[in-house]
Amino acid sequence: MAANNSRLKVRRQNNVNIVEFIDRNILDEANIATIGEEIAALVDAEPAPRLLISFANVDHLSSAALGTLITVNNRVRGKQGQLRLANIDPQIYEVFVITRLNKLFSIHENTDEALKSFT
Amino acid sequence: MPTDADNQDHAAQHGDSGRVSFPNDPALSESVQNALVDAMERHGYSKASRFAVRLALAEAIANAFHHGHEHLPASLPITVEFVVDAAKVVIHVEDQGPGFDPGTIPDPTLDENIEKTTGRGLMLIRAYMSRVSYNAKGNRVEMVYDKP
Repeated sequence: MAANNSRLKVRRQNNVNIVEFIDRNILDEANIATIGEEIAALVDAEPAPRLLISFANVDHLSSAALGTLITVNNRVRGKQGQLRLANIDPQIYEVFVITRLNKLFSIHENTDEALKSFT
Repeated sequence: MPTDADNQDHAAQHGDSGRVSFPNDPALSESVQNALVDAMERHGYSKASRFAVRLALAEAIANAFHHGHEHLPASLPITVEFVVDAAKVVIHVEDQGPGFDPGTIPDPTLDENIEKTTGRGLMLIRAYMSRVSYNAKGNRVEMVYDKP
């Protein structure tokens, strides 16, 4: 995987991989597939992954992106890891509410709150 | 026979309406979405309205290619038409597939479906648009958004 094709920015803090998106619109299926593969590689690299996905720069999110988040969630849980979502724009949060996925994911107001929630 | 470029010129000239046929290419899809939300902005639609309509159009385009054209060549175009005025936005998305029965799509918010990775596009379209209907064949969706 060429680093310059990455759709993500990843940094590490408190033993947590913090993922941010390059794209403001996460609508296109090909990009979403790439994002899914990149996050899967992060999850697979650790025995009990601690992953925080920040939506700070995201304006739009499609149902295909939601599907990828569910796949990531299952992958993390399968390794007894922890996944947190944070910095979700109110309009995008409404998409989580409409689909009831706000009940499935652990969603936090900001990065600090999400980091504190890891056990 | 107009080309895609001709169609895009047509949309650009008229501003508030457009008819574009395009194959499965993210850049072309985004270009159509941008043309539509730009027209909405000219007619005073709010950011929330533009968010709603862009999402619905993106989902309808994804459905057209992913489901409608599932067994067809990626080069086969779908057609998007839109008309924006001060009161409403009307969008048609038509694919060349066999069509489907929207009544057969399970409710993705039920507990037994909540962890499924697909099946939310149509629900989001219905949630954000004022009215959604299909032709009898099920390969052309009409989506209407009334300005709040």
